Amino acid sequence: MVRLKINGSVQELDIPSDTPLLWALRDTLGLVGTKYGCGITQCGACTVHVDGQAVRACQTYVGDLVDAEITTIEGLSGPVADAVKTAWIAADVAQCGYCQPGQVMQAVALLAREPAPDDDAITTAMNGNLCRCGTYDRIRAAIHAAAGALGTAAADTAPAEKG
Amino acid sequence: MVHRLDRPTPGTATAGLRPSRRDLLRVTAGVGAGLTLALMLPGGAAPAQDVAAAKDAGDAPFAPNAFIRVTPDNTVTVVIKHLEMGQGVFTGLATLVAEEMDAAWDQIRPEHAPADATRYNNLFWGPVQGTGGSTSLANAFEQMRRAGAVARAMLVHTASEAWGVEAAAVTVEAGVLRHAGSGREASFGAMADAAGRLTPPDPQTVDLKAPDRFRLIGQTALPRPDTAEKTDGRAVYAIDVRLKGMLTALVRRPPRFGATLRTLDAEAARAMPGVRAVVRLPNGVAVVAESFWQAQKAREALKIAWDDSAAVTTGSEAMLEDYESLAQTPGTVFRNDGDALAALTEPQARVVEARYTVPFLAHAPMEPLSAVARLTDSGIEVWAGSQTQTFDVLNIAEAAGLRPDQVTLHTVFAGGSFGRRASVGSDYLREVAGIARGLTNQGIEAPVKLIWTREDDIRGGFYRPMALHAVTGALDATGRPVAWRHRVVCQSIMAGTPFESVFVKDGIDGTSVEGVSDLAYAVPNVMGDLHSPTSPVPVLWWRSVGHSHTAFAVESFVDELAHAAGADPLILRMDLLRDQPRLLRVLALAAEKAGWGLPMEPGRGHGVAVHKSFNSYVAHVAEVTATDGGFTVDRLVCAVDCGVPVNPDIIRAQIAGGSAFGLSAALRSRLTLDDKGVVEQSNFHDYEVLRLAAMPEVEVHIVPSTEPPTGVGEPGVPTVAPAVANAVFAATGTRLRRLPLTLG
Ligand code: FES
Ligand code: FES
Repeated sequence: MVRLKINGSVQELDIPSDTPLLWALRDTLGLVGTKYGCGITQCGACTVHVDGQAVRACQTYVGDLVDAEITTIEGLSGPVADAVKTAWIAADVAQCGYCQPGQVMQAVALLAREPAPDDDAITTAMNGNLCRCGTYDRIRAAIHAAAGALGTAAADTAPAEKG
Repeated sequence: MVHRLDRPTPGTATAGLRPSRRDLLRVTAGVGAGLTLALMLPGGAAPAQDVAAAKDAGDAPFAPNAFIRVTPDNTVTVVIKHLEMGQGVFTGLATLVAEEMDAAWDQIRPEHAPADATRYNNLFWGPVQGTGGSTSLANAFEQMRRAGAVARAMLVHTASEAWGVEAAAVTVEAGVLRHAGSGREASFGAMADAAGRLTPPDPQTVDLKAPDRFRLIGQTALPRPDTAEKTDGRAVYAIDVRLKGMLTALVRRPPRFGATLRTLDAEAARAMPGVRAVVRLPNGVAVVAESFWQAQKAREALKIAWDDSAAVTTGSEAMLEDYESLAQTPGTVFRNDGDALAALTEPQARVVEARYTVPFLAHAPMEPLSAVARLTDSGIEVWAGSQTQTFDVLNIAEAAGLRPDQVTLHTVFAGGSFGRRASVGSDYLREVAGIARGLTNQGIEAPVKLIWTREDDIRGGFYRPMALHAVTGALDATGRPVAWRHRVVCQSIMAGTPFESVFVKDGIDGTSVEGVSDLAYAVPNVMGDLHSPTSPVPVLWWRSVGHSHTAFAVESFVDELAHAAGADPLILRMDLLRDQPRLLRVLALAAEKAGWGLPMEPGRGHGVAVHKSFNSYVAHVAEVTATDGGFTVDRLVCAVDCGVPVNPDIIRAQIAGGSAFGLSAALRSRLTLDDKGVVEQSNFHDYEVLRLAAMPEVEVHIVPSTEPPTGVGEPGVPTVAPAVANAVFAATGTRLRRLPLTLG
């Protein structure tokens, strides 16, 4: 038995502890928004958040996740997530879409850590997420747009917070 | 010019397949079912019993032959006959329907059509349903617009009757019917039920809009209807389909192409947790377990000896050496204008020679091949990102031991394809059907999902063939190219397939030489010949097919001729293309936008390439900077003429994406066989594709046009590699003739 906290709820799974989180999510829990692309941390399609950090679920084993907060694309929420998804949709980033949940998870983790990343920071953060359809230019633009929207929102609320 | 759009495209199969007077456009509807339009094509027997069945079903608006369903909730469902694999066909075909209907864009819901070639065939492919060759928008352009125009006419008629006014006085805008005189208005949904009782007009009699009245076609701001679900993880691909009690299968295939199973010891595998069955297939052994992870572990425990007697046992380097020898001997001639051989031996001729080689390439779509099958007493149901439904159904039936009419194929989103899912023998769908059959034979009744791992995908064959181009040209005393002899050595992708008779004529596989056989440059003496060596390595079309290598050779070589002549490579091309206005236009546009001819710092350079493929015209200018021992591609400027730009934003996305795909091949990807015939790469760490860090700035400029639309899925690929190679030469003086391009 493995206990996992996924998207805010505790799940007891009857699987071996060396099962990759990716397959626990997809096969055991039916959370298929997290994708398989390579199985060896080379593509980022399986990106989820573990305690807020972007990790590759294909090489993360469920036995190592006791007490961890796991978030998948299905449970992704909050202002940063909303800004990223809004920017992604506005830019029509997706082509086939298969890599995009992983891209979104990676971008949200980046912006949560670094609210206004420059191009180099975006490259460093996103370079592990492959997109075979080649949507890279729009991914970059959407991250800038989301950062801009979050910055504007922060500026708008700043006086209120002060008062 | 304006009416040009409404005429059939000369020289395409549309002409022969234009709906005739015998065509039916019929409405089927039951009470509350709304309006369902069905545009019948010749040879598509109208299944009256299906229509009746739909009526009996009452609220079942799904009648056969339908492209449009309007339901009382005001949704307009557009049934898309092509596979959405990222190229934007859901948006494209829905735009055409919505345009002529004057529907509101946000009431449109695209969905995949069922597999049925009598209704959903690709009009350029005869009686075959399928997606490829960048044909989707072109073949359906008039068909979808007529379907939309008929719907609009019927809705208008319904409103005019309901309101007792002249039909001519009813206007339609954004899904709302209006009569200005009386101030009455109604939604499509409100009129759907009544409209569903009408007899539809002949689609050939309805008026189509003149292009100056387009409201959606050509609009940049039209959002893709599939974006939201592809952003938040809801979109369902075959690999995501889940059925109750479903098992997962992985297949072990031989490490060498052409090998067969000699002995199998599955005892250890069968004893592993979750394993339910081991199934022998014609090309390997499937392990079926309760989950992917269990199946993968158990697959490793299979003990197999392969019979390599018919297998490939040489490496790709040795194959290339054979290609080099072949290139010394004459091949089968596919083009012969003037007398190239004589022109090459003229005493004053300046001869230029070059050889270009390209490797095998895997498609590597992000979603590896996957499919789900459920075999029951009544037949087999399959879920897949099917790119060629008509052939897939036949292959599934054969592998399952059933008749084609016992196959139900559900098309779902494909996580990329680039040609891979259109494998001629439906390899992976035969596998899943064979596994389902094997399970049934072993008394196991459960649906099964087949997943190819990435390693299976990279090592599984169906590659873009390796190719060698040996080109010789001659310049006259003034530096004008007067001869071009082009020898291609390339394994045929069609030989040995059921399509051989269609694609291979007089010993020439047209897909091996496209882009050379129609060389557009005005050179008086042109000769092309082809060698088609065979090998057990399965090869296939790969995004832009033959153009993926022919454009590299042609556009590199014309550059070499220009440099040999001391001419500007852009000016020489323009001169040789003076009678090719559409090529000339994209070439000039890309050059202008890129700042061609402006001084550049040392170590930087521009390279250009221009090519026609799939009836679209594309030019790329690449800007590169030499670095310590290498180079970077900093910018790609692209111009495209694809006829009337239906969805400019999708054209930009496809050309930018095609540019990235082309850059992967230009800079990174290479599939090789070691000297024992085993594929050397296995996953993205050694079969590299472009990552974000290497993605240059890409600019896409679209030529305004009222010509009929042509495809954009593939034409963005061919010009990338030669533009980059030419830019590397401009920056460094080193000519790179082998893909992927590496300096030093
Ligand atoms: S599937 Fe995990 S990184 Fe590719
Ligand atoms: S959108 Fe297709 S792989 Fe990224």
